[in-house]
Amino acid sequence: MALKLKQSEFEIERDKNKCISCEVCVRQCSNDVHEYDSDQDTLYSDNSKCVGCRRCETLCPTGALKIRNREDQFKTNYNWTPSHLNNIYRQADSGGVLLTGMGSDRPHTIYWDHILFNAAQVTNPSIDPLREPMEIRTFIGRKPGRIEFEINRNKDPKEGLKDTNVKLKTKISPQLDLSTPIMFSAMSYGSVSLNVCKSLAAAASEFGTYYNTGEGGLHKDLYGYAKNTIVQVASGRYGVDVNYLNKGAAVEIKIGQGAKPGIGGHLPGEKVTGDISNTRMIPEGTDAISPAPHHDIYSIEDLAQLIYALKEATNWSKPVGVKVSAVHNIAPIASGIVRAGADFVTIDGLRGGTGAAPQTIRDNVGIPIELAIASVDERLREEGIRYRASIIAAGSIRSSADVIKAIALGADAVYIGTAALVAMGCHLCQKCYTGKCNWGIATQDPYLTKRLNPEIGTRKLLNLLRGWSLEIKEMLGGAGINAIESLKSNREHLRGINLNDRELAILGIKHAGEAW
Amino acid sequence: MQAEIRGKEAFLKQRCFKKAFVFGGMNSLDNINKNNRNTQEYFSRFRIPSGCAIFGVVNEARERFSGQMVMDGISVMHERSNGLGGGFAAYGIYPGFENDWAFHIFYDDTEAKKQTEDELAPGFKILFSEEIPTAKISRIANPPMIYRYFLKPKNNGDAFETEEDLIMDFVMHINSDIRGAYIISSGKNMGIFKGVGFPEDIGSFFKLDEYKGYLWTSHGRFPTNSTGWWGGAHPFGLLGWSVVHNGEISSFGTNKRFVSGFRYECTLSTDTEVITYLLDLLVRKQKIDMELVHLILASPLWEDIERMPAKERDILKALRILYGSALLNGPFSIIVGSSDFMYALNDRIKLRPLVAARKGEYLFISSEEAPIRKVCVSPDHLWHPDGGEPVIGIVRKKETKKEMKNTGKIQIEKNDEKLEELIKIEAASIKAVPVNKSRGDLNGSEIKAI
Repeated sequence: MALKLKQSEFEIERDKNKCISCEVCVRQCSNDVHEYDSDQDTLYSDNSKCVGCRRCETLCPTGALKIRNREDQFKTNYNWTPSHLNNIYRQADSGGVLLTGMGSDRPHTIYWDHILFNAAQVTNPSIDPLREPMEIRTFIGRKPGRIEFEINRNKDPKEGLKDTNVKLKTKISPQLDLSTPIMFSAMSYGSVSLNVCKSLAAAASEFGTYYNTGEGGLHKDLYGYAKNTIVQVASGRYGVDVNYLNKGAAVEIKIGQGAKPGIGGHLPGEKVTGDISNTRMIPEGTDAISPAPHHDIYSIEDLAQLIYALKEATNWSKPVGVKVSAVHNIAPIASGIVRAGADFVTIDGLRGGTGAAPQTIRDNVGIPIELAIASVDERLREEGIRYRASIIAAGSIRSSADVIKAIALGADAVYIGTAALVAMGCHLCQKCYTGKCNWGIATQDPYLTKRLNPEIGTRKLLNLLRGWSLEIKEMLGGAGINAIESLKSNREHLRGINLNDRELAILGIKHAGEAW
Repeated sequence: MQAEIRGKEAFLKQRCFKKAFVFGGMNSLDNINKNNRNTQEYFSRFRIPSGCAIFGVVNEARERFSGQMVMDGISVMHERSNGLGGGFAAYGIYPGFENDWAFHIFYDDTEAKKQTEDELAPGFKILFSEEIPTAKISRIANPPMIYRYFLKPKNNGDAFETEEDLIMDFVMHINSDIRGAYIISSGKNMGIFKGVGFPEDIGSFFKLDEYKGYLWTSHGRFPTNSTGWWGGAHPFGLLGWSVVHNGEISSFGTNKRFVSGFRYECTLSTDTEVITYLLDLLVRKQKIDMELVHLILASPLWEDIERMPAKERDILKALRILYGSALLNGPFSIIVGSSDFMYALNDRIKLRPLVAARKGEYLFISSEEAPIRKVCVSPDHLWHPDGGEPVIGIVRKKETKKEMKNTGKIQIEKNDEKLEELIKIEAASIKAVPVNKSRGDLNGSEIKAI
């Protein structure tokens, strides 16, 4: 019997005429795919070790390398696909749970691609964002049901009008103030390198938006970005103390993650080195295992207690939100969370990313974010509590168009995780859990992490935010709208294409071709 | 970023350019059989952007004048409508039933009438009802049966917080549940008259020259569809509110979902309907001062808010954070009528025309200057309100005999004091509101048709 049944997924083609044996590929590959034989002055490549991250292909100075997917590794079979076969071979070898990284790559319907946005014609002038104000500033947090004013009608005209006679009686709860409705999703120090965290923090701070620490605590080097930090409290409570809570502009309780609903996390002990051990506040070399549930939250009233405990701990000065993954009953769950006192609800969809998750859970558990937002927004409005909390959509927001559509379906803002990593070089090889990320993102190996310069990372992220924000303004202006508030839950501006009646009803939109 | 660094001047220049866009509300609908008893269900599937000519007159001293004046005014803007909808709202026309609810109802047939009256009977005492008298006009075809009722609610326990809530619930019930019946107005001492036709013809059809009111608004529609449904004409009314509107609200979906969270069902899916509900929610239910409402419906830009003194900035920021979904985005000019005031507002970047003028006790608001000049050759003051700048004409309360005895003052002095007070509030409420710029003398001799 063959030693290894799993076949290599990639084929490495090296053009001998172009290769100058410079060994860049050898040095760049953390998977030891390439090897230099000095006796023969030749480079060899081992296809079976390749993960398809394209680092060597990208950096090869002469363009001698090509990484190709192996299409014909098995006899064609529409039922038993190569991925099923390889998975079984891997499991027959290891006997373990198959891990994977990043969001699901399965061909579930991507509703974003079945939704079209509107533009103004004739009856309604479009607005040119290069010449007219176009407002995309967004506020995240609890809103009171109504505002009360104290109006003192000044009886004595001699007193003049210096003193404004209108006074605000209602106190507005703390809000996050975003210059664009896009924030960086939770990615913990541990799952990604410190350079990644630094890039995210610096970019959020410079652009006027927020990044999320994830569940791995907050490294001291990031304390300076407190004003733009959302600190996460997850089931492992790593690095959580009152200092940590107060180093954030908001607190997010993480109940679930789109890629692994109902599952905890596992950072292997060998990754828990000095810095990470300090940041997470756990002994060096111990496994960091976040439990599946919070062991102090077994029901909604327990969540309410934690929300109010965190509000007390932070002196009621910050919004406290809850992140859940989009599951079948997401609408009543979200309603419960809002009633439990959350100031914002983050919903992470089926295609949301991860540093490590069991593949079968990532690909089969949860529902797409588009349907989740639509049904949550609808439910909260039916119950008359939509104003109380903001909704943040997460889980595979790939472009500014996805942002626009998410907001028109009912979200207040979105989180981007994968898109931010891609901006910094990620090629979606989905091997984050191995800790061997050749792009220096999902790794703690100092040889690899130094490949990502945080200043360059920051610049790339700023460019991404800027580009998307400009595109959002263009689309808004085209639709004759000059404030993002007027897009929120404005499903009249969306039309479905290639969707059935049930899908349209859940999304609350008409089919393309149907007029008002 | 380029979009952020452009100057105020450039913005203002653009505004002037935008004023050139004068048309509004065009859309297509299939032909509809007027006799289809399913009209409301049919219409509720569509949004009907409203049309294009609006005109309103108010006498702030509560002096009543004939509807002929508004008919003359709106007729000048014939080109702004296309004969597919016209209407009027009049306040103070039923002094005999001043404190009773006045319903105007369209019926498609006697069956709808019977069903509606069966619904009315248990909850209301019908003081008087009649078919609204109309004139035969060749250009007005196929009108529905049009009735009016004067009602007093019977005391049916405390199911509703206020009588207004009871009326609102009843109106929404009839309009969405009874086929072929449609309550077009439901206020006190006011009424809405509307239909399919040019506004001046609709006015003659309803014999509005025979009515006298202190506040009139009117509307001529320009939809590109050829519907024959009378209920789709404007003004749109609910309780004492009436709204006429020129424009298309791009934020319609957002606004609709916002009010639906407060139990307002948009049955017609029209922009105007949602504006009416927003006003009712903000002003009647949430008690936001009318002088502050424009800061929600056409809120100032963030860049302007950030430049304001801290106190005002906080107020505006709070309003925008909370009522962002109530912002009316897209081009519009509206005139809102109510028993105590007439209120007009433009969208915040002035994408629709609006002109206002004063002459003595009269305030005129119009899509164009011509109708104002038609009924009042030389107003004391005529101005083009800025985008997001409201125009309010406040109708003074008539002092009761008892109060006059107590104060020993004649009415006009008392009222001027009140007005001064109001100006102060407005000046304080962040943006100056030209309520009473140059009131001039009280001589209205140049006002025609009175």
